[in-house]
Amino acid sequence: MTLRDIINKLLRRQSSSAKTARERLQLVLAHDRCDLSPELLDQMRREILEVVAKYVEIDLEEGAVSLETEDRMTALVANLPIKRSLMNAEADEVKTT
Amino acid sequence: MESNTRIILICSGKGGVGKTTLTANLGIALAQQGSKTAVLDADFGLRNLDLLLGLENRIIYTAQEVLEESCRLEQALVKHKQEPNLSLMPAGNPRMLDWLKPDDMQRIVSMLSEEFDYVLIDCPAGVEDGFKNAVAGAKEAIVITNPEVSAVRDADRVIGLLNSNGIKPVQLVLNRVRPKMMASQEMLAVEDVTDILALPLLGLVVEDEQVIVSTNRGEPLTLIGSKSPAAKCYSNIARRLQGEEIPLIDPSKEGSIREKFRRLMQTKIF
Repeated sequence: MTLRDIINKLLRRQSSSAKTARERLQLVLAHDRCDLSPELLDQMRREILEVVAKYVEIDLEEGAVSLETEDRMTALVANLPIKRSLMNAEADEVKTT
Repeated sequence: MESNTRIILICSGKGGVGKTTLTANLGIALAQQGSKTAVLDADFGLRNLDLLLGLENRIIYTAQEVLEESCRLEQALVKHKQEPNLSLMPAGNPRMLDWLKPDDMQRIVSMLSEEFDYVLIDCPAGVEDGFKNAVAGAKEAIVITNPEVSAVRDADRVIGLLNSNGIKPVQLVLNRVRPKMMASQEMLAVEDVTDILALPLLGLVVEDEQVIVSTNRGEPLTLIGSKSPAAKCYSNIARRLQGEEIPLIDPSKEGSIREKFRRLMQTKIF
């Protein structure tokens, strides 16, 4: 965050339009470059979460799957906070019975 | 046969960002700097390069007759009277688009490369057949864009296609730059565009009313030795293309008090 951003925030002013343009471009190009529509990305996100949820208990509210792009390389980035492993959870249950 | 001719495609994806103006000015500037240069109008549908060079009344034969072998290459080439190092290969009839293939383009470019040091190909807008034909004969490319979201997005598409066609190097020209708007962060900065597109910057061209005046007259700014800002930009681009090292000036970073304040405001706090 820059000094300008902080002042803008304090004054509740809009940020500069160049910054908005940059952010919008980065997002749209990430999708253009891998030819993936937002709907398809959303479907993929749900399926990834389903698979991961088989193995570990994840925080579905906090989880994020997004496309990030840098230097013409696009990466699929998944950030999924793990609450606990389901294996351990099963083991816990075995112990208590 | 492998020649040393530099065959450069000038493309943008989006229309109206300045491809043809760049081709005309760069062609003249390279010719003035002593290189034998041909400019090839590959925009058969909407040709305009002849008009910007002021050569529209001197066209007799076009690329069409050359490809049909009803005239020789030299008969179709229009030599510029004031700058004899520059010749135009005019675009043919739009009906050519029915049969024109990438092979035809390669043929005409290889004929030109035997005669010239530089062949500049003025690419049509879009990414369809016209682009595919134009790219076929090219070895390297200049992508021109404006600091606007739509132009940058379309440039990105074109860069992807150039990469998959094995065109190298690909360099960037940023056109219609407004330094004041960049300084107040109401226009994408030069490094925003170079970062997003991940291309080396060959040069930038500032917004300049003289460009319109010169196109009205059919006399490119570089031809008339104009002292206008855009003329300087075009001739710097030509010199960099020839391998000269000319420093790039970031228009948003000139040493005013306002600029120092702006840099202070951009200091990263956390």
